[in-house]
Amino acid sequence: MTDRVRSRPLPLAALSVGFVLIWLFLAAFPFLWTMWGSLKVEADFFSRTDWMNAITGPKTIQQTGAAFTGDGYRGAWIEQGFWKAVVNTGIVTAAVVTISLTVGTLGGYALARSGYRYTFWLLIAALIFRAMPHVTLVSGYLLPFFELNIWGFLPTTIVVLVAINQPFTLWMLHSFFLTIPKDLDESALVDGCTRFQAFRLVVIPVMWPGVVTTGLFSFLLAYNDFAVTSMLLSQENQTMVPKIASFLGSTQQEGKVMYAVAAAVSAMAPLFVLVMVFQRQIVSGLTAGAVKG
Amino acid sequence: MPHRTFLAFIWPSLLAMILFIAVPIVSVGYQSLYVEHPQVMTEVESCGPFGCKAELRVDADAMRTLRAESPAGRYNGFSTYANASHLAFRNIGEIWRQSDSLGQFASLVMNLPFYKALVFTIAYTFIVTPLVIVLGFFIAVAVNAIPSAYKGPVIFFSLLPMIVTPLIGALVLFWMIDARGVIGATLQQIVGDPQLSLKASPALTWATLFVYGVWHNAPFSFVVFYAGLQTVPRDTLESAMVDGASRWERIRYVTIPYLMPLATFIALMQLMDNFRVFEPIIGFSAAANATSLSYLIYSDLRSGDFPLYGSAAASSMLTILGVVILLTPVLIRTWRDFKRKA
Repeated sequence: MTDRVRSRPLPLAALSVGFVLIWLFLAAFPFLWTMWGSLKVEADFFSRTDWMNAITGPKTIQQTGAAFTGDGYRGAWIEQGFWKAVVNTGIVTAAVVTISLTVGTLGGYALARSGYRYTFWLLIAALIFRAMPHVTLVSGYLLPFFELNIWGFLPTTIVVLVAINQPFTLWMLHSFFLTIPKDLDESALVDGCTRFQAFRLVVIPVMWPGVVTTGLFSFLLAYNDFAVTSMLLSQENQTMVPKIASFLGSTQQEGKVMYAVAAAVSAMAPLFVLVMVFQRQIVSGLTAGAVKG
Repeated sequence: MPHRTFLAFIWPSLLAMILFIAVPIVSVGYQSLYVEHPQVMTEVESCGPFGCKAELRVDADAMRTLRAESPAGRYNGFSTYANASHLAFRNIGEIWRQSDSLGQFASLVMNLPFYKALVFTIAYTFIVTPLVIVLGFFIAVAVNAIPSAYKGPVIFFSLLPMIVTPLIGALVLFWMIDARGVIGATLQQIVGDPQLSLKASPALTWATLFVYGVWHNAPFSFVVFYAGLQTVPRDTLESAMVDGASRWERIRYVTIPYLMPLATFIALMQLMDNFRVFEPIIGFSAAANATSLSYLIYSDLRSGDFPLYGSAAASSMLTILGVVILLTPVLIRTWRDFKRKA
C-alpha cells in the first residue's frame, strides 16, 4: 500500500529524474566550471575561438608549460595581498558568530519564556528590522562613524554585523527554545538555581543543535556580506568580498581577470566544505521558521 | 518570567538593535532633511607666466570649518525628496505635459534615476518571487521521488547557488555570459549573431538579473517545500487514491493545499530579500541598464570625494517606506491573529 503512493509509471519517473539532472547541472556546473577555469590562463578561460579551450587549455600549456597553473592564485594571494583579506574575514566571522550567539541565546531564551504581551511586539519589531535593506542602515552609520572617528576598523564592522544579525538570530533561537519543555528549567528553579544558572547549566546543554544551526546562519551572513563591509571598512582592513569587488575595477583593465577568478574560487571553497559538513543543520535551519510559523 | 529578569536577559540584544538599527533609521530621516553645504568660493589671484588674473576657487579651509560646524549640511526640508534624482515632481509634470501618449510618458519617466530603480526593484521582486516558489516546488517534488541514496548529494549541490556569496555567485555567472565565456559564446552560435551581448541591451540585462535571482533563491524554496513534503499525511494521499484521484489530482487537491502555509512563508521571506536586491547589480556590472533602490543609495554614498548623505538618506527613507508598504499585509494579518488569540 505504501509503495502504491510512491510508485510512478516509467515516463513520469524518467521525466522527474531528467528534471533533477537538469537542475543539478544548472546548480553545480557554474561553480565547477569556474573552479576548473581558475587553474588556466585568461586566454583559455575567456577563449575567443572555442570554449573547449577552457577545458583542455592549449594556451595554458603554451604559456606555462603545464596543463594547470597557479598563477591566478599566486597573483591574487601574494601580489594583491588577498591573504590579508582572508585573515580579516576570519577575524570578523569568528567574532560575529561568537557575539551574536552569546547575545542571541540570552535574548531568544527570554522571548521564549516570558508570557507577556510585549514579547509579541518585540518579535514583530525584529521582523520589520530584518526586512530593512542593509544599505539604508549603512547610510545612517557613515556620518556618525566619521564624526566619532570609528570608521574603517574591524571592531566597528563586527558590532554592526552582530546588530544587523540580531533580528534573525532572535527569531531562530526563539523558535528553537520553544521546542524545549518549560518543565526543564522550572524544575531547575525549584531545585534552587537562579534563572541564569538554569539557562546556563540546564537549557543550553540541550540547545546545542539549535545553537549550531543558528551559528551557521550568522556565519553565512557575516561571510557573505557586501553592503556593510564594503562601506564601513578602510582599504587595508577589507574582508574578502569587498576585496574581490575591488579587484574588478583595477585588474580588469590590466588583463588580470584571473586574479579575481582565483580569489572568488578561494572564497567559495570554505562554503563548499561548510555545506558538506553541516548540510543537515542548514536544511533544518531553513525550515525552522517555516514549520513553527 | 518577571519583567526584571526578562530585561536582564534581553538588554544586550535590545541595545544592539536600538543603537544600530532603530537609531540609524532616525538618523537617516534627519539627514534626509539636510543637504551638502554649497561650495564656498573665494577669489584667488593666480599668477602664471602670462600675467596675473583673478580666479574663483573652492575655499577648502572655509569648507572644512563649515563641515566641522554642521556635518550634516544645511537644512533643506523636503526639497531633496522632490528633486530630480528622487521623486522629481516637477520633471514628471513637464513630461506629462509634453508627451503625447502614455507609452511615451512611461519611457520618459523611466529615464529619471529614482523611477528607473523603483520599477526595476518592483519588477525584480514580483517576477522572481513567484518563479522561485514554482521552480522550488517542482524541484522538491522531483527530488522527493528519487531513490534516497542519491538525495544527500542532490541536496548538497542544490544548496550551492544559495549558500555561495551573492556577489561571487553573480560574478561566476557574469564571467560565463561574457562574449568570450562559455554561455555567451554558445548563445552567439545558437542565435547566429556574433555581436550578441547579454550586457548591451536593457531588456537582456533585466532578463539576466531575473535568471540570476531565480537561480540564487530557488534552493531556499526547494528546501522548505522538500521538508514540508516529508510531512504530508500519507493517509490522506491513500484515501484520495482509493477515491480514484489521479496523480495530478492528488498533488492539486492534497499536497498543494497542505503546503500552502509554507508557500506564504517563502513568499514573505523572498519579498523581503528580493526588494533589497543589490549585489547582482554590482556583480553583473549592470548599473547602466538596471539599478535598484539599494544600488541608488550605494552609488550616492560612493560618489566623488564626499558622500552625498542627503541624497542617500532621502532614497533610504523612500526605500524604507517601500518595505513598510510591502510588509503591511503581513503585519495586519499577524495583528488579527494575535487579537483573536488574546
